Amino acid sequence: MLAVRVVPCLDVANGRVVKGTRFVDLVDEGDPPQLAERYAREGADEIVFLDITAAPEGRGTLLDIVERTARRAFVPLTVGGGVRSVLEMRDVLRAGADKVSLNTAAVAGPDLVRRCARRFGSQAVVVAIDARRRPADRGATQETPAWEVVVKGGREDTGLDAVAWAERVVALGAGELLVTSIDRDGTQAGYDTALLRAIADRVRVPVVASGGAAGPADFIAAVREGGASAVLAASIFHRRQHSIAAIKAAMAAAGIPVRAVPEVAA
Amino acid sequence: MTRIAVVDYGAGNLVSIDQALRDAGAEVVVARRPAELAGAAGLVVPGVGAAGPAMARLARRALVDPIRAWARDDRPFLGICLGMQLLFEASDEDGAASLGVLAGRTELLREAPRLPHIGWNAVRRTREHPLFAGIVADAPFYFVHSFAPRPTGPAAEAVTLATTEHGETFVSAVARGALAGVQFHPERSAADGLRLLANFVALAAAHVVPAAAVAPQARRGAA
Repeated sequence: MLAVRVVPCLDVANGRVVKGTRFVDLVDEGDPPQLAERYAREGADEIVFLDITAAPEGRGTLLDIVERTARRAFVPLTVGGGVRSVLEMRDVLRAGADKVSLNTAAVAGPDLVRRCARRFGSQAVVVAIDARRRPADRGATQETPAWEVVVKGGREDTGLDAVAWAERVVALGAGELLVTSIDRDGTQAGYDTALLRAIADRVRVPVVASGGAAGPADFIAAVREGGASAVLAASIFHRRQHSIAAIKAAMAAAGIPVRAVPEVAA
Repeated sequence: MTRIAVVDYGAGNLVSIDQALRDAGAEVVVARRPAELAGAAGLVVPGVGAAGPAMARLARRALVDPIRAWARDDRPFLGICLGMQLLFEASDEDGAASLGVLAGRTELLREAPRLPHIGWNAVRRTREHPLFAGIVADAPFYFVHSFAPRPTGPAAEAVTLATTEHGETFVSAVARGALAGVQFHPERSAADGLRLLANFVALAAAHVVPAAAVAPQARRGAA
């Protein structure tokens, strides 16, 4: 049976792992390949790098980080942040990534999703959707919530409905969706499971839950209530609030299939 | 040192397989031309994506016939993901013909609850094989695909080495003689994946290579 993946996310700025509430209060948390290797050893099922600076001059640094990580951690690697073209995606894959996550560039020109999927296959194309709950004065209520796609770390609204956008990018060839609740990101208030469920029920591709994880109960809720195929978190792993093994043990106890952490399984 | 040629036809990430084979003790040649296969004890065909563009790119590099000959000569061969699918006759993904070394077609996982099938899943061996030496039964490996080959004909059962469940049972590993193919990614499957690749390198090292096939000046490529 396919295991639900537990995925540490490394936000990378200027070659270092950082974590704040997205673009504010960034705290240096270490060397990306070193941290990735540690997580792989501790049972990470996949690792996500998000280059949150994504400045053109930083590309070389990012590709170097990807390659150094791919040579040290033999688990799958997804890389996102600033990929704007088929050629840029090719460079990131060549450096050692298995999947590339598209976000702002897909919103700016959705055809990029189709072109990348045609060239590299849907399985390599992740679309990251950053979503924020619409306020009540824009047609959403507590009972019937709605979400809007935002870009640039939540600073810019797009006017797109998050669920409709999810269906559209899957139709264009996205093979996976990384769904982040901007309301919850960095708050440790738990995943927005209603958002996850709204999207997971409308697409056939796997949905990765992101934004708000604080403890084992949140991971279980993302899968049970949200329908997520994978659960992503950053700060709780970086700060060692919970180990990957502890999260997986709690998920297994709740009846969710997980891959045993190698050291624990032996 | 055992030399392993990894076929590069522009199909994405070669860094992981290059490093994993090096860690397994192999000397790795990234082969972009037929001449670069000379002197290799084993051949690895990696790859993700669709069969049609992959076959077209192999053809542009004049690699189709050398790869087919390698497999038909029963020399150590490991196809990974798309590299396994290419061993069969054709793919439903785009109707493209593939290498035709094994009987069967690559088909969509129609019954899958979600596609692509992404993540770690149990690989259940239907028989023992040295490729899996030292790896526990039903060990999980990493998959990322929507299609899988379905062996057909009288040898279908004999070539099947392992199966995996994802809404349906599909063939996740095949082997015939020195030829093997895996639908999962050993180069992304942590310790068990590295073990499988080390087993392949050992099988290639133990295989008797015809002297005529050993060229003294095969070029070494970089990843």
